[in-house]
Amino acid sequence: MDMPSPSKMVLSRKAELVSRLLQVLPTDAVIEDEMETRAYECDALTAYKCPPLLAVLPRSTEEVSAVLRICHEMDVPVVPRGSGTSLAGGALPTADCVILGVARMNDVIETDYANRVIRVQTGRTNLSVSGAVEEDGFFYAPDPSSQLACAIAGNIAMNSGGAHCLKYGVTTNNLMGVTMVMMDGEIVEIGGAHLDSNGLDLLGVICGSEGQLGVVTEATLRILHKPEGARPVLVGFDSNEVAGACVSDIIKAGVLPVAIEFMDRRVIEVVENYAQAGYPLCEALLIIEVEGSELEIDAQLALIREIAERHNPVEFREARDGDEASRIWLGRKSAFGAMGQINDYMCLDGTIPVSSLPMVLRRINELSDEFGLDVGNVFHAGDGNMHPLILFDANKEGDLELCEAMGAEILKLCVEAGGCLTGEHGVGIEKRDLMHVQYAPADLDAQMAVKDVFDPKWLLNPAKVFPLDASDSRRALQVAAE
Amino acid sequence: MKPTSEQELSELIAKATAPFHIKGGGTRLSGLATGNTLDTSGLTGITLYEPGALTLVAQAGTHITEIESALAAENQRLAFEPADLRDVLGTQGESTLGGVAASNASGPRRISAGACRDFMLGVRFVDGLGGIVKNGGRVMKNVTGYDLVKLMSGAHGTLGVLSEVSMKVLPNVEMQLCLRLEGLDPAGAVAAMSAALGSPFEVSGAAQDADGIVLLRLEGFEASVRYRAAQLTDVLANFGNVQTEDDQDMCTKIWRDIRDAHRFKDTQGDLWRISVKPSDAPSILEALSPSQAQLDWGGGLIWLAVPKGTDVRAKMTVTGHATLMRASSDTMQTLVRFHPEPTPIAKISADLRARFDPKGLFNSGLMGGLS
Repeated sequence: MDMPSPSKMVLSRKAELVSRLLQVLPTDAVIEDEMETRAYECDALTAYKCPPLLAVLPRSTEEVSAVLRICHEMDVPVVPRGSGTSLAGGALPTADCVILGVARMNDVIETDYANRVIRVQTGRTNLSVSGAVEEDGFFYAPDPSSQLACAIAGNIAMNSGGAHCLKYGVTTNNLMGVTMVMMDGEIVEIGGAHLDSNGLDLLGVICGSEGQLGVVTEATLRILHKPEGARPVLVGFDSNEVAGACVSDIIKAGVLPVAIEFMDRRVIEVVENYAQAGYPLCEALLIIEVEGSELEIDAQLALIREIAERHNPVEFREARDGDEASRIWLGRKSAFGAMGQINDYMCLDGTIPVSSLPMVLRRINELSDEFGLDVGNVFHAGDGNMHPLILFDANKEGDLELCEAMGAEILKLCVEAGGCLTGEHGVGIEKRDLMHVQYAPADLDAQMAVKDVFDPKWLLNPAKVFPLDASDSRRALQVAAE
Repeated sequence: MKPTSEQELSELIAKATAPFHIKGGGTRLSGLATGNTLDTSGLTGITLYEPGALTLVAQAGTHITEIESALAAENQRLAFEPADLRDVLGTQGESTLGGVAASNASGPRRISAGACRDFMLGVRFVDGLGGIVKNGGRVMKNVTGYDLVKLMSGAHGTLGVLSEVSMKVLPNVEMQLCLRLEGLDPAGAVAAMSAALGSPFEVSGAAQDADGIVLLRLEGFEASVRYRAAQLTDVLANFGNVQTEDDQDMCTKIWRDIRDAHRFKDTQGDLWRISVKPSDAPSILEALSPSQAQLDWGGGLIWLAVPKGTDVRAKMTVTGHATLMRASSDTMQTLVRFHPEPTPIAKISADLRARFDPKGLFNSGLMGGLS
């Protein structure tokens, strides 16, 4: 992975930087010891590591502002960090950067049931946002798999999704306002408990900008009342094509399940070995969950059964009680862990039009043969968000590179099919150099023009999202300024 | 000027030296036109429609009515229900997809399904130098690069001229019911709507019409809708006697009238559209005592008619924004159409415009505190 060489000037001024930061932060909020900064050397994309120059852990928007003002004055790159669960390397440091972690900013500022919003500091974890309103029957809808650990800050940066976004949407559809600190330290308020913007939709472009436009310290999020109940069914098919067609028919029929999850034979086998969920050993398996009262659930499942039966399923299993429901979800929820037991894996995240599902799955299997690497598919089928897991051996020379090459081919396939490189994980460094596949130079220029406006010195989360050759001239301006 | 292809649009803008007034169907903004008219209604046609993938792609000048009929043939719809503002604004013409997208036009279902912006999957547009740019795509989950789709939604053409938009569409519903509650003042109405929206019973419209009647919409499969109607009637028992409107055509009309602010068609004075936190709505109504008012979005969207020249924003002591929808040109000049933004936000917006439209060609008098 190419990263720009660290600025010698920044490295040489570490002592001055530390002393200035200590004027605005308590001692325990500045981490400069090399053993301790190592804790921030990577995120969940562990293949790449680089300890930062320093890490800071502010406790308030004002402290974040003070840190950014100093870094801006001294031309020090800043890498914002939520909980460090990015699968795309979104929080990977550079050697000359300050890691700005928001983990200590995890308060609930206000819960407002009448207006159905909650305001939190963004270091708060996704699950604990729901936790704060759960007793009163409410929840925060986006639910990425890492929700126990991931922070709202990272969710906003990556516009995170989750298993239930078919019905509830992703982060951007549930984010109403932010307090954001600009790279020069200015604090701005965008949106709030009211809906939509009267000017440009800045909130819309901030969400998903991977921490490159500003550091979001507080967020107003939409909360909803929990449904009365939910129930999954499991449907097995003897081909991927038929399972894909069934998904499409369910959606067309007007049923809107909260989740439609898909697993192929490879994953079913591994999961069965690992978790003994009692899945049928078939080519493709769908887990479909619907919500509502008992009566509504029964009606929706009857319709789903009717549609599924037109496709001759090898199995249709309805959960009769909570225990059976957990067993249906057990395999899906342990899928990543189970795959991790057999080998290292790389999790891709391309999205495709649902209609291309059978073709893309067939091509992925062909690529698996060509590259000689095993691949399992487990993903959110309702919205076409694929998660192919390519298995490789990190200790075997050349295997990671082979895996990355195969991953790149799969992502190109997704783009050719009318889809995109990443549906919910973000570009980070992982897919940075593939952006040319999806976007022409003019498309990337338009995005980088936004970056120019928010962060003219290109100091925030450098060397991510845009291919280095595309952003060279812009970053060079900053270097020239040195 | 009326280009018939994206390429033609691009060449025209690349050569231009004088400002444009960008126009789709001309139904949504009344009384503001400076510069040469750049008419996008020549860019027409649905280019892709996959009902099984809930996706439709069309050229920006395609009429909304054409899109709605194509969707209806597959029993689908635009769930954010864009308003038809011709009657209330006194405009003519046919609303276009580009105009809906550029103004982020969202109706009563905004509170449950989402806004127009939430259904926009991708855009193609021409920037101020004639460059053709695409962003997003036609899939429902996409975090590849910055989301310029959102930035273009509601930009009213100030950052670029839309040439194509991809939309997520949704299935139509089997039936709808409308619950009515009478005799509530605005505070009571907002409390009743909050109770309904804070329940698990999936309300897809919550309004108080100009006669003070609270209206709640339920949609879906019949058994489910009837069940939820019964449950909600219990939830709302303290607010009064809940009546149920069953007639499907009547329900459609009720919500179309709310959506289009139809009751303000012949009102005197200036017409404003205000977005606030729902619980702030009663205090605003009290401060302004409008001649006529309608609440939508559970109280979060206020339509109101006030005497000519009333500075509504000066009396808003809460966070939110007020848009002047219809007024004499005098009022438009003095009070400006769009809510002025705080300095740092205004600066970011101005800088974005300067980047995307360095020649200042696009709707130069619009937004940015100018109008």
